[in-house]
Amino acid sequence: MVAALAPAAEPTAGPAPPARRRPREFTAVDYGTIGGSALSALTLTWLIFARLTDGVGWLGFLVVAYVAFLVLFGLVTADRIGVLAAKDRLATVTITSGAMLLLAPLLWLVGYVLVKGLPGLRPSFFTHDMRGVTPTMPASAGGGLHAIIGSLQQVGLALLITVPLAVSTAVFLNETRSRLRRPVRIVVDAMSGMPSVVAGLFIYATFVIPYGGQIDLFGFNGFMAALALSMIMLPTITRTVEVVLRLVPDGLREASLSLGASRARTVWSVVLPTARSGVTTAVVLGIARAVGETAPLLFTAFGYQLINSNPFANPQESLPLFVFRSITQPQQSMIDRGFTGALVLMLVVLGLFALARFIGRDRTRSRRRTGQAPAMPTGADIFEALPGPGAPVSVAQKGS
Amino acid sequence: MTDFATDVPQGPPRLAPPAAPDAEQTQTINVLPGGPPVKLVGGPPPGAATIESRGAHAWFGDHLVLEDVHIAMPPGEVTALIGPSGCGKSTFLRLLNRMHELVPSASLAGEILLDGEDIYRPGIRAQQVRMRIGMVFQKPNPFPAMSIRDNVLAGLKLARIKCSDKAGLVEQSLLRAGLWREVRDRLGSPGGALSGGQQQRLCIARALAVQPNALLMDEPCSALDPTSTRRIEETIAELRHNVTIVIVTHNMQQAYRVSDRCAFFLAAENEPGRVVEQGATETMFSAPEDQRTLAYVEGRFG
Repeated sequence: MVAALAPAAEPTAGPAPPARRRPREFTAVDYGTIGGSALSALTLTWLIFARLTDGVGWLGFLVVAYVAFLVLFGLVTADRIGVLAAKDRLATVTITSGAMLLLAPLLWLVGYVLVKGLPGLRPSFFTHDMRGVTPTMPASAGGGLHAIIGSLQQVGLALLITVPLAVSTAVFLNETRSRLRRPVRIVVDAMSGMPSVVAGLFIYATFVIPYGGQIDLFGFNGFMAALALSMIMLPTITRTVEVVLRLVPDGLREASLSLGASRARTVWSVVLPTARSGVTTAVVLGIARAVGETAPLLFTAFGYQLINSNPFANPQESLPLFVFRSITQPQQSMIDRGFTGALVLMLVVLGLFALARFIGRDRTRSRRRTGQAPAMPTGADIFEALPGPGAPVSVAQKGS
Repeated sequence: MTDFATDVPQGPPRLAPPAAPDAEQTQTINVLPGGPPVKLVGGPPPGAATIESRGAHAWFGDHLVLEDVHIAMPPGEVTALIGPSGCGKSTFLRLLNRMHELVPSASLAGEILLDGEDIYRPGIRAQQVRMRIGMVFQKPNPFPAMSIRDNVLAGLKLARIKCSDKAGLVEQSLLRAGLWREVRDRLGSPGGALSGGQQQRLCIARALAVQPNALLMDEPCSALDPTSTRRIEETIAELRHNVTIVIVTHNMQQAYRVSDRCAFFLAAENEPGRVVEQGATETMFSAPEDQRTLAYVEGRFG
């Protein structure tokens, strides 16, 4: 798009370039009209609510003001450049304001955590655990290092368990003709809808209750948490990788087979390398899904105030657990620490999504321009094609 | 060897020595004009192969799409399969290297003989057949995740063939496909960055790198501009003595230009495709026996 417009934008040495016409462009006059209409709508509504009637509350005020704004804007524009253009501008303004309305709660949420958590975000938070911290001490004492270590170890272990399983399941679903694909797909879909607390309970009931007393490995520890998190991540990554593999053109599989490759070899050497960036994105999405889970950790990692860098024995803290425990305390200092932990958690998730976008970015632009080569699935395609709960942030990303 | 040549009408003498039977590890030494000798271990036997179809039928589900096809494709010649859309040309082509069976509902009857041996005989692996009979598809399909060099060498990696001189093989294959001069300075750049015609020649180079005995081309020029088409036709003309070529084309002029022999496929409405007429291209175009062939090659239908 940009490349196609670029040559036209270059200044020419000859006669002055012709004035370019962009019928859909919002000019300064349009923005002025928007501002003026908004202002008059607000004052008109204030007049109605504060002077002429008793008013029906702030929600009613906003709705009436918004409708008045649309009517005023439409009338003014229709008067200025005609009914057809007014309809077009009106639709644009309505859709844009709808998008902003959707974005507002997200920004509010992020802003709230940011404001509450930022004061506690000092270097000592990343270097200290809660050793020797008493309820009377200020929020500047202690930190969340033990939680960060726990989160990284648990998610890392879960990743080691999940990625081979998820990728092979996705390959099974997409690259074979087995009759078992249907039941497997149903199980994967059902798993993705499973409440995360059930995953924790399952591990608790299967390992911790019967063996926890005798064997350290099956007691409350980070490894048990990793198992529970694996059950959350597995369906997410499987479904995303399956979508990615489906985007690999069949022509490539045929080309590989026609060269004398076996089906397994085709998957390993052609399909997976072609989908590599998409698979990576899927893995990062899975991490982002698991890193914020609290419920499965309650009866597995259990939580601990100090650093425990061995995930295979004894309880371990994690960031969501740290947030949960801190915020439910009565002391203000603990609540502040909890908000800082929530902020760190959000930054981690944000970083992971940025990473996913970076890895899955459109590197095939030059190829797409020719319109010949089969396009590789990219991060953007995955976000488009992704089913429901896998991508909770995708709406916000499209809006922004 | 066996009676592979029974149906071949006075073709030229075989240019290649008889192919050795499929061994697990075949040693092949290819000396190509303009290149150093390259030794491949585990690849196809040397020389062009004879392909012969005897009473080939093909079904998709219960739907018979191809009926009783007898065609002999002699070594070192170009055989063109012509006919209107939907008459089973491509299906027939995919029968020849066992790509047909990749469609879940597909089935077949009859025999396809490769140097006298039925490729659908139990005990013959599809991979072995496909390694010996390369294929070029309608749409260029280079592997987007690989460089130009890796695309050419992909067949070796995928079919587990060992090669003594990979750089030499890349050069020879690209030379044979007529692409070497255009890409020799950027062998490391991605295969998808080439133009459509170049991509198709890259796919030809990829198919040739395995040193197949035959090459099937499924409308290789239908997505390309006239210049690229001409380049590929030149490539076919240069390849014909080393490899048996079977080409499906919708373009009458192209079939006339590139092929030695022609087979005209036709399917009446709701009937399977059949071969109406086959023979030397010259005869088929100048004095066909069947009125329908005459009408088709003159462009009156199809």
